[in-house]
Amino acid sequence: MEQIIVNGLYLGAQYALIALGLTLIFSLMNVLNFAHGQMYVLGGFVTYTVVAQFGLPFIVGLIASAVVLAVVGAAVEKYLFAPVIRKSKREESTMLLAAGIAFFLDAVILLVFGEKQRGVPKIVNGVLNWDFRIIMPYDRILIGVLAIAMIAGFILFMQYTKAGRAMRALAQDRVAAELMGVDVARYSMLGFALGAMLAGLVGGLLVTITGINLGMGGPTSIKAFMMIMIGGAGVISGAIAGGFILGMMESIGLTVLAAYGDITYLMIFASLMVFLAFRPQGLMGKPWG
Amino acid sequence: MNTQKLVGVGVFLIAVFGIVPWLISVTGRWDFYYTLTSVALLSIASAGVWLTFYIGRINIGQGAYALAGGYVSAILTTQAGFSFWATLPLAGLFCAGLSILIGLPILRLRGVYFAMVTLVLTEVGRLAALALPVTNGAKGITSIPLPGELSIFGLTLIPDFATLENPKLAFYLVAAFLMVICYAALYRIVNSRLGHLCRSLQQNEELSASIGVNTAYLRVLAYSISSFFGGIAGAMFVAISQSIYPSSFQVTDSVNFMLNCFLGGLGYVFGPMLGTLMLYFGWDLLFTAGRFQLLIYSSLLIILMLFLPNGVLSLFERKGGRK
Repeated sequence: MEQIIVNGLYLGAQYALIALGLTLIFSLMNVLNFAHGQMYVLGGFVTYTVVAQFGLPFIVGLIASAVVLAVVGAAVEKYLFAPVIRKSKREESTMLLAAGIAFFLDAVILLVFGEKQRGVPKIVNGVLNWDFRIIMPYDRILIGVLAIAMIAGFILFMQYTKAGRAMRALAQDRVAAELMGVDVARYSMLGFALGAMLAGLVGGLLVTITGINLGMGGPTSIKAFMMIMIGGAGVISGAIAGGFILGMMESIGLTVLAAYGDITYLMIFASLMVFLAFRPQGLMGKPWG
Repeated sequence: MNTQKLVGVGVFLIAVFGIVPWLISVTGRWDFYYTLTSVALLSIASAGVWLTFYIGRINIGQGAYALAGGYVSAILTTQAGFSFWATLPLAGLFCAGLSILIGLPILRLRGVYFAMVTLVLTEVGRLAALALPVTNGAKGITSIPLPGELSIFGLTLIPDFATLENPKLAFYLVAAFLMVICYAALYRIVNSRLGHLCRSLQQNEELSASIGVNTAYLRVLAYSISSFFGGIAGAMFVAISQSIYPSSFQVTDSVNFMLNCFLGGLGYVFGPMLGTLMLYFGWDLLFTAGRFQLLIYSSLLIILMLFLPNGVLSLFERKGGRK
């Protein structure tokens, strides 16, 4: 029982961090970033290159992932999303663009890093064993704690800095924020960069545990979508709640339903549909995004 | 329908059923039949996606229905001994029924929420196909017999495919025929009272509900028609490949169906057909680029979106000066 909860918390912390980036981008630009999973994979590969190829410390790899992904995110927003949003008749057109970027990142990752599964050596050795009730390797604990620390840092940033306030204002009402003198173009770009950076950071964290490969992008995006559906799209607290709930459900499902085969996600989806029938905007979302 | 449109349809029919087979037999590129058959079937599935766009919903779940339709046809032909031609409408009807069940709760969602839930639906379709006992898990269903004879009162309408010396041509003709019927149906729907009501849903659902349009009924109806198209396309695909696996239709396929509609243009009935043709052929032509295939393909997609965010058919709109 304790083991299930600890596993759930560990998974949930990572999931929440992925969902935060996605929901930030969605709340600022009303764009569903299909390429979020690919950005996560790219972040993992950057950390792998820095740590395993160049032999630098893990923290350098993590910072490199964050910087690379922030630059990629900012460029994608400035040169791709902003012009398309300006010209297109229907806002859904950005979905095609996002899907195109997802394919593009897949292609770039394939060409630069290859299709092999990659991992870096463990950063901490040893396993925590509390009376055989909780068994957890130390590196997983470290990653979980780092993820939670980053979530806390992100919330503080959004609450107390000028940029965070501007982005929250943008998410609430774009026109009103502009009238109050918020530089919409600049903060949209910053928000996108921040969202992409979060995806890259999670990739960098997880490359030490699960490793990374090209095929992980799509499934990660789907999980992130489920999380922000549970919590409500475009709401930061919702993304965190959704991440932890999905992590917990997965942890419980994998233990309880193991006897019936691989049906955990089937069950999660079925319950999600029932849930959405009663509460279409998720736990904390605004109606209709 | 004015004469210009009639001529256009006539030219299209002659091109599909006359010029293309003639060109292929002259050049001897028989492999093009498979490509064109795929385009025809994929554009049927895309037509379904387009119809859900028409009521203002982004549908990324068509892969699930194509997979379901394929499995219905495969199971009925291999285990219950049905003729393929009987399973084709049954697969469509099964998907339509399924989509009513699924659609009733999820069609209350809008915008990005609906898009996300349908995307997850595709993944669930794959997982369900893996988990259910009747679908034979990851091994899939293989060696499905070719479509048999279809006759009414002893009059052979379609000969047994196993006896044909060129089943590729036969498959092409059947798929093209299906495509023409589906697009004719779609055109009819769009230019009917139902189509007008759907447009009112697309523009403002609350407003149309307030003037007495039964929005809940309409959106389920449109979604089930859309899934019917998906089911038929999936069943036909299975007949051609004679096998089906849980990975036959995946998230990528669902996303591609949606991209086909975007690329062709959401405001045009024949948009998805053009989009499918362009995407599928573009991908095939880039095969020569080897490992840069995906890179070039995705770059072209992005560039296209930058310059023509309203679809390829919007080019003609500007030229004709119509709105």
